[in-house]
Amino acid sequence: MKTIHFEVDSDGIALLTIDVAERSMNVLTPELQSDLSESIDRISSDDTIKGAVITSGKSSFVAGADLMSMVNAFEDGRSAAEKYEYARTFQQILRRLETCGKPVAAAINGTALGGGLEICLACHYRVAADNPKSVLGLPEVQVGLLPGGGGTQRLPRLIGQQPALQLMTQGKHLKPKAALEQGIVHAVVAPEDCVSAAKQWILESGDAVQPWDKKGFKVPGGAGLMHPGSIQTLMVGSALIAKETNHNYPAPIAIMSCVYEGTVLPIDAGLDIESKYFVTLLMDPVSRNMTRTLFINKGAADKLVRRPKGVEKTEVTKLGMLGAGMMGAGIAYVSAYAGMRVILLDRDRDAAEKGKDYSRALLQKRIDRGKMKPEQAEAILERITTTDDYAKLEGCELVIEAVFEDKGIKADVTQKTEAVIPSDAIFASNTSTLPITGLAEASSRPEQFIGIHFFSPVDKMPLVEVILGEKTGDRATAVALDYIQQIRKTPIVVNDSRGFYTSRVFGTYTNEGMTMLAEGINPALIENVAKHAGMAVGPLAVMDEVTLELGYHVAKATAAALGDAYKPNTAAPVIERFVEELDRKGKRFGAGFYEYPEGGKKHLWAGLQEVYPHVDPQPSPDEVRKRLLYVQALDTVRCLDEGVLTHPADGDIGSILGWGFPPYTGGTLSLIETVGLQAFVDECDRMASAYGERFAVPDSLRQQAKEGRGFYAEQPAQARTAA
Amino acid sequence: MADAFVYDHVRTPRGRGKASGSLHPITPVELTSQMLASLRDRNELDTSYLDDVVLGCVSPVGEQGANIARVSVLTAGYAQNVPGKQLNRFCASGLEAINTAASQIMAGQSDLAIGGGVECMSRVPMGSDSGAMAADPRVAYDTYFAPQGISADLIASKYGFSRDDVDSYAVESQARAANAWEQGYFKNSVIPVVDRLGMTVLDHDEHMRPGTTTDDLANLNPAFVIPGEQAGFDAVALQRYPEVEAIHHVHTGGNSSGIVDGAAGVLIGNKDIGEALGLKPRARIRGFASIGTEPTIMLTGPAPSAEKVLKRCGMTANDIDLFELNEAFASVVLLFMQQLDVDHDRINVNGGAIAMGHPLGATGAMIFGTVLDELERRDQSTALINLCVGGGMGTATIIERI
Repeated sequence: MKTIHFEVDSDGIALLTIDVAERSMNVLTPELQSDLSESIDRISSDDTIKGAVITSGKSSFVAGADLMSMVNAFEDGRSAAEKYEYARTFQQILRRLETCGKPVAAAINGTALGGGLEICLACHYRVAADNPKSVLGLPEVQVGLLPGGGGTQRLPRLIGQQPALQLMTQGKHLKPKAALEQGIVHAVVAPEDCVSAAKQWILESGDAVQPWDKKGFKVPGGAGLMHPGSIQTLMVGSALIAKETNHNYPAPIAIMSCVYEGTVLPIDAGLDIESKYFVTLLMDPVSRNMTRTLFINKGAADKLVRRPKGVEKTEVTKLGMLGAGMMGAGIAYVSAYAGMRVILLDRDRDAAEKGKDYSRALLQKRIDRGKMKPEQAEAILERITTTDDYAKLEGCELVIEAVFEDKGIKADVTQKTEAVIPSDAIFASNTSTLPITGLAEASSRPEQFIGIHFFSPVDKMPLVEVILGEKTGDRATAVALDYIQQIRKTPIVVNDSRGFYTSRVFGTYTNEGMTMLAEGINPALIENVAKHAGMAVGPLAVMDEVTLELGYHVAKATAAALGDAYKPNTAAPVIERFVEELDRKGKRFGAGFYEYPEGGKKHLWAGLQEVYPHVDPQPSPDEVRKRLLYVQALDTVRCLDEGVLTHPADGDIGSILGWGFPPYTGGTLSLIETVGLQAFVDECDRMASAYGERFAVPDSLRQQAKEGRGFYAEQPAQARTAA
Repeated sequence: MADAFVYDHVRTPRGRGKASGSLHPITPVELTSQMLASLRDRNELDTSYLDDVVLGCVSPVGEQGANIARVSVLTAGYAQNVPGKQLNRFCASGLEAINTAASQIMAGQSDLAIGGGVECMSRVPMGSDSGAMAADPRVAYDTYFAPQGISADLIASKYGFSRDDVDSYAVESQARAANAWEQGYFKNSVIPVVDRLGMTVLDHDEHMRPGTTTDDLANLNPAFVIPGEQAGFDAVALQRYPEVEAIHHVHTGGNSSGIVDGAAGVLIGNKDIGEALGLKPRARIRGFASIGTEPTIMLTGPAPSAEKVLKRCGMTANDIDLFELNEAFASVVLLFMQQLDVDHDRINVNGGAIAMGHPLGATGAMIFGTVLDELERRDQSTALINLCVGGGMGTATIIERI
């Protein structure tokens, strides 16, 4: 056996040490599964073996399944019956483990997640090491799956339906001590005592029969629909899942069904139910979408897959931050938090200090919540120097400007900065609207000029959009990406264009919402359908938040910059009417598409119906949903065509992490694959004739549909070898 | 096809559906037996002629379980050749029981039968029978299940009934019920319930609050905020009805039907058996219909079921003198009045379940009797009896005096 070291001690206790070669953490490879199976045969057939302890040879126990195999499972062409056999393999190995006739204990030396924890649950006794880095949990739901190795059956039988459902439907992780309190493990001991405690249990009590295999077993807290507490759990739980998922994610309710349907049956029948639900999820694109974009491609982005080759690794030790407004203050905070010295510069010291106050407030919160010691917070604050003096920028490897969105002001600070900073320093703009190539004209070294576009609030938003101007060089790109890795955010790299990628495509969403309003579509329908489709905020509510006034100014500025080439979009008349005629400029002004009653909940302005009377009949919710989502997907395709995006993964990651495009879709491009290329093209053709040319299908997409070639057509092969 | 004639009907008073309610000590079988005994005694009925006793019951478990109709037939001292069956069409069960008994008579497969129902909500609480609809995750999720209170509030939100609208309706229900009791409109049909010693336990509907004003009602807290906002059901309802901006919780204990105990029965038979037994027909059952509607909003079945039965009978709403629609929630009745263009003075003229209570399985038979008595009092001819039904259904019956 290559993945399990099997040795029997003088007491007749077999110690199985899991150690999957060439992996930093143990994952459930087919080889490990077959070694586990072989080990069980030996434990059960060798009379000299009294019992067994399973542990890991790495710092963690077993971290779960091999995600790449899950992505491929969606499109591997296997039938439901074949997938069922696949699903049963690991699950039935664990069933054989707990019925092998000898006591088996898990010595959980480190993190045990997913299939890793399921191995432990199939053991008769679980002792966890009190390891501060260790977590236990069943996080399968986060990749659109359920715990298919018996987790949905054993956990509720062990700790009751409600706590088990909470852990599994949210994919929560527990520290070993919390797992002990919940009854998931029997004991928590010092790391060095973990294996000996497990062996001791075998020698002293060693019951080889699971509670659920004993006569008269009852699920703690009750099960089924004849038990009042259980009914309440299932009824409210189902409604809350519907509320949380908007019916877009199939896994949570499948987990709930496994628990409900399975816990009223003998365990073997319950395990069969679990496998069947597991197969339905494997065949659902949501799991593929989430795994591919949020784990595999995001993982690659975090490892800087777009970093230019051949540029030496860089590190920012001193960052210059120009502008201490909301964005500048946030960037200063995350940078100082990551260990950099930050020069926070604004027009005067007071303004700069105000920006630093933002860090003070955030750090105080962490102290109050017991997440940080005061001296750690103090050290972070000490790294932020506030100033109005450009000379202090000397020695900065990277300077980011987040000053007012005005080309002239930005040119001025660029030149003042470049006069001071080292000749190899990189200058970045955090602009969200102005093209980088144009801003770089103010720079004496445009190859060292780059866009680093943060999202607000900076400390919470996980994405950073790196924008390459026409002259931006490889080193600037590398420094920007290395910096983003230092602050532990996920970068995407795009080429210059008005609105870049994220702002541009997100704009199509708000525009479509306003366009529908102007067509006489009930605004409640627009807003609710947007949220039900998985967008965090309705398009009209978003416009109110960022203010219609801002939209108005951006449109005016764009018109001025483009001259005769400017074509107002379909929402421009709506914005003009609200700003110029109705004086409802957004939330900050107290009125927009919504009313903001003092002390009450906001609600849509009743006058909307007079401004835009409702048409009869109204479109179906499905039609509204398609318009809101497809318009974004189409513009993402155009970004690929125009070279704004160079890789589909950036489009998918950027849409989910940047502006909250719904994760179940896998991103704007994966959405098209989910709908089906040809079906998507056909629908857009229909919508283009119904609603206008913004739904016109790009030739590239039409061609792809014809060839049946998805956006990731070449990727799975590469990914397979990588896995 | 034979005519199904209505010969008589009785009901018990409605006791408050809690431990302090007067009927709480009376078992469901005992309550039903007294109702059946009364129907027999006041008609001097030889019960051996009965072909069936069909009773509605919505929570047929525990002491209401195991076919309460047959058990009550035996304990009431009916002839043992009389069979019994219990059925469940949720809130319309009592009316469905009448329709079922009538349909066998019309089809010539039965001569004489009783249809009715029972529910002792103080003893067998609502929901005691559990069920997949609300709690099987797959079922609840796929059908967008929401509890009735949320559905009632959804109707109000979607069709624009304000808190004031529903409260005003409730005040009128109380006033009409109080007036009807005062004037003795119910006295011929409500039988006192007695204890083992024959002493009267209850002889009137004790849930009523005569003199209720809109100010009184305005002080009540909305009843369905917690399930709506905390248990997620508002969100579920909006997922099905995205055109509604938000659910406004307007229903309270004061403008929703009361939880009560009670039983009722209607004696139905063909023409020949009536003549043979010397019974006087009071009305003819012209037709009935049930229908399924969208289950999340759930309580919009009355109008379509009414239209279905009107069409079947070749009638229009204008041919109906009196409408009797169960006051499950005020918004249900307001919506029906809007959809069928029925004035308030033609519907629920003696109040309804908001004032007097809604003993789930029995209500259909109770309001059937109430409106028949009122037709006679007014010397009018036709009435349409109607109930909204859980799971998205409606049941309606048209009667005509002879």
